[in-house]
Amino acid sequence: MVQKLTQWRETPSQTAGPYVHLGLMPTWAGNAGAYEKELGQSPIAEGAKGEVIEIAGQVLDGTGWPLRDALIESWQADAAGRFPGTEGADPAVSGFCRFAIDPESAEFTLRTVKPGAVSLPDGRVQSPHIALWIVARGINMGLQTRIYFEDADRDADPVLSRIEQRDRVETLIAKPQGDGRYRFDIRLQGPGETVFLDM
Amino acid sequence: MSQGRLIPRDRSAHPVAYDPQYKTSVTRSPSLPLLSLESTPTEETGPRFGHSDLGALDHDLIRNWTKGKAEAIGERILVHGRVTDETGRGIPGALVEVWQANAGGRYRHKKDGYLAPLDPNFGGAGRCLSDESGAYAFFTIKPGAYPWPNRGNDWRPAHIHFALSGPCFGQRLITQMYFEGDPLIHRCPIAATVKDRGQLDSLMAPLDMSQARPLDHLAYRFDIVLRGRRQAWFENRPEGM
Ligand SMILES: [Fe+3]
Repeated sequence: MVQKLTQWRETPSQTAGPYVHLGLMPTWAGNAGAYEKELGQSPIAEGAKGEVIEIAGQVLDGTGWPLRDALIESWQADAAGRFPGTEGADPAVSGFCRFAIDPESAEFTLRTVKPGAVSLPDGRVQSPHIALWIVARGINMGLQTRIYFEDADRDADPVLSRIEQRDRVETLIAKPQGDGRYRFDIRLQGPGETVFLDM
Repeated sequence: MSQGRLIPRDRSAHPVAYDPQYKTSVTRSPSLPLLSLESTPTEETGPRFGHSDLGALDHDLIRNWTKGKAEAIGERILVHGRVTDETGRGIPGALVEVWQANAGGRYRHKKDGYLAPLDPNFGGAGRCLSDESGAYAFFTIKPGAYPWPNRGNDWRPAHIHFALSGPCFGQRLITQMYFEGDPLIHRCPIAATVKDRGQLDSLMAPLDMSQARPLDHLAYRFDIVLRGRRQAWFENRPEGM
């Protein structure tokens, strides 16, 4: 027998189920007023520095059918590449948003500022990106991915450069539609499957 | 000593993504491997929440829907526990958000059409922050079991949905708490997506009479472990990815 390692195992995930909005976005679930203040309603406040953009898209299952019950959280740096809560970060950027799917169009929309490139402590630079966490009925553990931008420099990004099948990099890149609007679809499975991260 | 990278996830602690017994997972599970990399500041930072974000009754599901005017129907319980990381340290200021069905198994959600009635005094959502030691607690009623369309006659065991937010975005976790001794747990295809028996056991909260209050409420204890971080032992050494 050797000494015993004292490490606890992470609590196992379980699906968020179809009623996740009841807990995290009560107004969307039909329960406006459940909380005085809902969390993550917008990643930016009045006066946020940088370019305001709007990213829209669908979350598609393995048959190409759009999910209507998914809930997404996003987390990002400000326009200068500083994460909220770190020194010098833009106080008008909370960086955090929760959004659901519009029942009519089956699309989500994220309105935010375009994040800046993020310098890593070892000198490398992450290209501008927004981290996403996707939960829904049928998803047993929240899926991590990132939105990058077609009109930003991505050459040296340490995550994108690790994707072996180069055509799959495209699944992480939002396409400009003009007027600060971008398109970003998420494919959970099958042809064009989005690259999901384990980080 | 500062905090280093997040400890990589041990995926065997978690449910499988694809499980034919849980039919919706068949078309919603990625079929290609996840891209595993060391965490970056994107995953190591995250939104912080404070007491000013929360209302005075947010932690009390028995009374929060009616703003304290009336009490929900059902078996009154206290649910409490600690949020720790994988090294055993308590996580202070973790946001614990819960949602659940009422005592009859019905959710107050526009998409729930189960025939059990809504309780006019029960909303079914609550939230709180863990204290300096990582401890959290809320009052609620024990939710009812409910049927759902999957196989011919599937019922969810009584459960409370939990969403956990620690200081790092990469620690986020959604899970479900079950109740000790419920015979529906081992018939449930969602619980069964967790293949490690000890891990499934860790989702079952035991009755905790030490925190039950005579002539008022019972108590259940549910401890939660989130991802931990390595110590940054040699900070001047650049970390590879
Ligand atoms: Fe449920």
